[in-house]
Amino acid sequence: MNHALLLPVLIPLVAAAAMVALPARARPLQRALHALATLALLPVAAALARRAASGEIAVYALGNWPAPFGIVLQVDRLGALMLVLTAVLACCCMIATTSSDALRGRYFYPLFQFQLMGLNGAFVAGDLFNLFVFFELLLIASYALLLHGGGRLRVRNGLHYLVLNLAGSSFFLIALGVLYGVTGTLNMVDAGIRLAQLAASRADTLPLASFAGAMLMLVFGLKAALFPLSFWLPQAYRSAIGPVSALFAIMTKVGVYAMLRCDALVFGGAAGLLRGFMHDVAWWLAIATIGFGAIGALAVQSLKATTGYVVLVSVGLLVAAVSMQSPAAWSALLYYLVSTTLCTAALFVLSDLLEAQPQTPEAADELGPRGAAAGGGTPSVSTALAVASAAPSGTPKAAALALAPPPSRAAALLFLAAAIGAIGLPPLSGFIGKALVLAATPLARALVLWPVVLVAGLVLIVAMSRTGTRLLWTIPASYGYGAPALPSEPPAASSAHLAKLAACALLLGCVVAITLGAGPLTRYLEASAAQLSEHGAYVDAVLRARR
Amino acid sequence: MEAVYAVTVGVLCACGLYLLLAARTLQVIFGIMLFCYAVNLFLLGMGRLTTGRPPMAGAGAGLADPVPQALVLTAIVIGFATTAFCVVLALRSLAMNGTDHVNGKEKRAQ
Amino acid sequence: MTLPLIVAVPFVAAALMALMGLGGAKARALSPWLAFAAPLAGLALLFVARVGMTAASVIAWRQAWVPSLGLTVSLRLDGLSFMFALLVLAIGLLVFVYARYYLAKSESLPRLYLLLLLFMGSMLGVVLSENLLLLAMFWELTSIVSFLLIGFWPSRADARRGARMSLAITAAGGLALLAGVLLLGRICGSFELTDVLAQAGRVQHDPRYPAMLILLLLAAFTKSAQFPFHFWLPHAMSAPTPVSAYLHSATMVKAGVFLLARLYPVLVGTDEWFYTVSTVGLVTLAGGAAMALIQRDLKGLLAYSTISHLGLIMLLLGLDTELSTVAALFHTINHAVFKASLFMAAGIVDHETGTRDLGRLRGLARYMPHTAVLATVASLSMAGVPLLNGFLSKEMFFGETLAQGLLGEFNWTIPALAVCAAALSVAYSLRFVYGVFFDGRTPRDLPQYPPHEPPRFMKLPVEVLVVLCLLIGLFPHWMIGALLEAAAHATLGGAVPVYSLSLWHGVNAPLTMSVASLAAGTLLFFMRREAFRHHRSLLSDMNASEGFDGFVQRLERAARPLVRLLENGSLPSYLAWLVGAMLVVPGSALVGLARLGGTLPRTPTDPVTLAGLAMLAALAIGVVVARAHTFVAVVLLSGCGLFVTLAFARFSAPDLALTQISVEIVTVLLLVLAIYFLPSIPRAPDRTGARLRNGVLAAAGGVLIGGVAYAVMTRAPLPGIAPYFLEHALSGSGGHNVVNVIIVDFRGFDTMVEISVLVVAGLAVKALLRGLRIDAPKTGPRGLPWSSQSHPLLLAVLARLMLPLTVLVAAFVFLRGHNLPGGGFVAGLIVSIALLLQYVASGVLWTESRIPLNYRSLAGFGLLCAALTGLGSFALGYPFLTSAFGHWRVPLVGELELSTAMLFDLGVFGAVVGTTLTIVSHLGVRDKDLQSVEKS
Repeated sequence: MNHALLLPVLIPLVAAAAMVALPARARPLQRALHALATLALLPVAAALARRAASGEIAVYALGNWPAPFGIVLQVDRLGALMLVLTAVLACCCMIATTSSDALRGRYFYPLFQFQLMGLNGAFVAGDLFNLFVFFELLLIASYALLLHGGGRLRVRNGLHYLVLNLAGSSFFLIALGVLYGVTGTLNMVDAGIRLAQLAASRADTLPLASFAGAMLMLVFGLKAALFPLSFWLPQAYRSAIGPVSALFAIMTKVGVYAMLRCDALVFGGAAGLLRGFMHDVAWWLAIATIGFGAIGALAVQSLKATTGYVVLVSVGLLVAAVSMQSPAAWSALLYYLVSTTLCTAALFVLSDLLEAQPQTPEAADELGPRGAAAGGGTPSVSTALAVASAAPSGTPKAAALALAPPPSRAAALLFLAAAIGAIGLPPLSGFIGKALVLAATPLARALVLWPVVLVAGLVLIVAMSRTGTRLLWTIPASYGYGAPALPSEPPAASSAHLAKLAACALLLGCVVAITLGAGPLTRYLEASAAQLSEHGAYVDAVLRARR
Repeated sequence: MEAVYAVTVGVLCACGLYLLLAARTLQVIFGIMLFCYAVNLFLLGMGRLTTGRPPMAGAGAGLADPVPQALVLTAIVIGFATTAFCVVLALRSLAMNGTDHVNGKEKRAQ
Repeated sequence: MTLPLIVAVPFVAAALMALMGLGGAKARALSPWLAFAAPLAGLALLFVARVGMTAASVIAWRQAWVPSLGLTVSLRLDGLSFMFALLVLAIGLLVFVYARYYLAKSESLPRLYLLLLLFMGSMLGVVLSENLLLLAMFWELTSIVSFLLIGFWPSRADARRGARMSLAITAAGGLALLAGVLLLGRICGSFELTDVLAQAGRVQHDPRYPAMLILLLLAAFTKSAQFPFHFWLPHAMSAPTPVSAYLHSATMVKAGVFLLARLYPVLVGTDEWFYTVSTVGLVTLAGGAAMALIQRDLKGLLAYSTISHLGLIMLLLGLDTELSTVAALFHTINHAVFKASLFMAAGIVDHETGTRDLGRLRGLARYMPHTAVLATVASLSMAGVPLLNGFLSKEMFFGETLAQGLLGEFNWTIPALAVCAAALSVAYSLRFVYGVFFDGRTPRDLPQYPPHEPPRFMKLPVEVLVVLCLLIGLFPHWMIGALLEAAAHATLGGAVPVYSLSLWHGVNAPLTMSVASLAAGTLLFFMRREAFRHHRSLLSDMNASEGFDGFVQRLERAARPLVRLLENGSLPSYLAWLVGAMLVVPGSALVGLARLGGTLPRTPTDPVTLAGLAMLAALAIGVVVARAHTFVAVVLLSGCGLFVTLAFARFSAPDLALTQISVEIVTVLLLVLAIYFLPSIPRAPDRTGARLRNGVLAAAGGVLIGGVAYAVMTRAPLPGIAPYFLEHALSGSGGHNVVNVIIVDFRGFDTMVEISVLVVAGLAVKALLRGLRIDAPKTGPRGLPWSSQSHPLLLAVLARLMLPLTVLVAAFVFLRGHNLPGGGFVAGLIVSIALLLQYVASGVLWTESRIPLNYRSLAGFGLLCAALTGLGSFALGYPFLTSAFGHWRVPLVGELELSTAMLFDLGVFGAVVGTTLTIVSHLGVRDKDLQSVEKS
């Protein structure tokens, strides 16, 4: 009995529980524990990935109860990939989190660990209800992390994010209930088998099953910020502190992952129940997401906000690929998923260095007042300063400029790399990922997807170059992009500054690695996609697992 | 009985959703709670309705399905946790914005 | 193996440059030598690779990269790529020498070299790529580096604007290229040039050919600044002059030409090709020349002349006779040579006088005779004066315009326009030379006076290029015959037509056309004043200077309201979208349902249950009605909770009933605390529209979910996993109460995550409560005063009496949990309620002074306890959370069952108590007045 499968969940759990039990004064101890637990995830994930790479689907029967009755954890190639990605991201966020960041609120470390536990759990869960519970965990942790640091902006956006997801969770439960009521099981693989039987024997209940499926997919769509369930994302990501937003870069991907997992394992993929939903609904929603993200990126000015919309565009492309339900598209999307997660995370961390964060909703609101006159005039220096001191009156462009410390050359370089990767320009992995997805698109859909993706790409280039030039190339007030770089504290060569730079460098190092190693990685991903479409293998691994 | 049960669930859902869409934090919280009740009853119903035969081991056949009950138990706990958090967040927002409007500010006169 | 080296060398040099550091005198001194080394090495390698090759031979090098995409790192050296690589390296070397003297001491020379090296590398990549996707990648890279180079002086607004503009246009072209290449790859089944070129016929008959052609042409036209995408090039002139000389005249703008030449066999031969390319080329040729004549800025003039010459080359490619293609390649070389030298000359003038304004520059020959000579020769070559290289290619060009017969009776238009354009080019060349260097008057108000010759070695590159102009002009065949031969062979993919590179072909039509154009041009030059007036009025508005940025800003302004419309920062509307989606999409799946009701026999309806359910529904509606009166609403809501509890009890779920009731109590307590703070002022109700929307959505939701519930409940279940639990609960886990066994054993893992959620909620709440101060309303609802007695004595006494009792009850409930309804969770809640009662009855200070518990730690320990219980089973080699149980006979107590599940349940108990108290106990003291009371 190999307990390694349990560790991605157990390590953060024990660490977090210990931190909670510890007296609040023992902060150095907590920090050490935090670092240790986070780092420990790397070797674990790597080991699991090595096992999974051989094609083995590792299964862990909790409480020694056989599936489908007990809860099983399962790690296949896909799960292992997500675990590794999470571990890498977590380590970088851990490095980027300076103690001053952590001290902006209470319990940052345990909350971070619980977040990791939820993420890892969602990636190893082989049981639908268990997946739900882990979703709840990562959500409630994310509410708390989003609110970390307080301030009106965070409270408002936190409330929106919270209530939306509470509603989402209720729908999740309804979907699960129907699935149980129809199939009488909760294990993913088992449910897959029973749904297949259903198609044969109980045709009259099939619509109910597809009802549940569609609802499930939409719930995941909410997590993934699929249009029109995406409006919460830009503001939410905008208001969290950099390292948290960086960690959130994978939250949307959890939704995409869950869509992929359930479509493949439960609803039988291309041949299965969700064919119609994927082909019509998910596809067009994904296209709309890309479009909306691109327009949004054009509409805002600050790096964090722009990055939020970049995330939207990437989500759109990912879901579009999911909806194609072909192994080729799935392997392509996995590559793009890894790439975009790392790059956007790097951008979020950088945004802490390059621009100060607005504290009030007014300052954060870059869309200006309602109506056509929105965002017209360019702000005067005085308003910029007013916003710099977090005064409630702010013009969009000034808000982003408030108190941005002068960027160092390293920061500029990292920004360039991260931006190139995030918007999918050569030579970094973003381009390869995008090309992979485009190449995997069947002609009928390419007629829609290619123009949309390419135009969106162009828009992102315009938006990013504008944001980048404004942040990194100093600006006289005469020029159309708002106030001059404000006289602010000298270039912080402080350890905090360096830590964040190091984190970005690490993230981008991984980007370079997956660019150079694209060959092996894509081979692994093709295998993962192929594995997903072999239901039999999962049946053997999970249901025939020896007690 | 199923029909009545379903209608009740439906009514609870409707009320919950209506309040969920309201503009005041407290009403939204009411909505969440009502919707949670509805969902819990819904889940229980997914194990089909059984009266007076709780799932006790060795109590013969025709017992109620224990699985949905276990799920509901978990759901209740999670619902409690999130509701409590929501209440406090609502208070926080009230303290910061001086209003209990969900958007942190009263609607503009328009 | 030399090919990858050729491409790699500049990148390596750039890396070294970066490592050397971009500031500091030392780096500045060393950087030129490092920079020179790269192209020198490149040239050496290039010739090594090319030595002993015939015109036809091809060297290839391949390295797999992303097989699934068809992307390989494969390079190809044939005549065409050799010619372009030679241009890139040779002119690059000269530019590097020139740049050494160009920048001011204060500016970072290493940075310029770094970027130039990066560009050299990517441009070499473009021309040497065998794989088309790789080509597209390098193509975009050149756009990015060009962006950085144009923005080399970031403090200048025009530099930033020009940089962004050029990036947007050329990157758009790059995206088009990507799409086009992907299409081409689909048609040919490979991205390798060799395979693609082999399938020319197949491609041109493919239905996707037109789309593919359009995309590739878009790429070429944007990169080569063809009308209507030309406007970025003049704005790119805000780059340092070495950059303009290198990227924006000699190499990068030729990439478009290269692309079309590279894919010539595949693309050429269709009408689409001819009409698009030749028309665009013709328009660009004429328009560019006209614009060039009226520029005031020296570099602007050169930029527009570059555009015009690129148009000429495009036109030649468009005419697509084999000979015209040769002419195109020939002119590519010539233009690179004389235009680069002209830019450098312009840079020298700028460098020495501090201005590029043709209105202020004049008569510089007196001060810098040497430069004047060089510039003159070069510009005469540009004008196409005999004995210079420009003349030869122009001759060929004229010849081709006559040779083509594609416009029917309108054939004459092409040669005619060609002559006009040539005349214009003569005129602006003259203007350049005469206006700047001669034109007797002395220059006035130059920023730097008096100007003088630049440093010796700054002129060297210009001299080299000018000499080349002469040599090629005099001995074309001897100079570049072989080069051109090979390039043409590679381009045409086979037979090269017979053509003669020589100065004198006798008196023929082309010669007369040249003479005519020279004469007309000279005439035009001398009557330029009128021409200007005429032009300016005509063309002044053709300049898209602010246009692009204005366009982008208009887009932004248009985007904002659009985004704002959907992302309006209003929670209700977000929720409406969510609920709407949740209803419409899954709901549509139900249309397949033949009948709503199933075949399962219904359970009989009894009046009591009926009444209970009706009551529940009524209470729910009551909550909606009374929502504005918070207190009433809370009461009704708790009523709902009670009836839900009853429903649970009725439908054989006693555990749920117990849990629900205890959770209910805590929740209500919480709500009461909340409404104590929430203002009870009457507020304006939501707008009717919103209320209507919400009503419809809510009703639909109720119907849908109720319907689904009915549909499922009335259908017979599949034989599911439930029976297994009923069977094994006792044997496998030693408990009768199956639900509890599931919670703590079968699905104990869920429970563990669930209590983690609980703990996180506790932490989150505590984090939120920090520093939270609310001024509670001074009076209760409807202005009633608060009770003066905050801690009524009777309640306090009773509460204290009840505490031990409740704890005993809790212990009982806890112990029986495994076999009868109850368990750790319920027990925990009971204890919490008992403790909370103390808070309510006797206040926080009193209670905390007597119950010194750190609730957060308690919760943490509970969680740890549960986790460690699970870990315990590792010791016995069982999976996490494997339970064990046994029966012990304890005197007096009797048969007692102990199981690890119980230990786990203890953890649950701890977590629940800790969290509940963390959440609720501190909410009571958020009130400012109470705070002050606490302090005192």
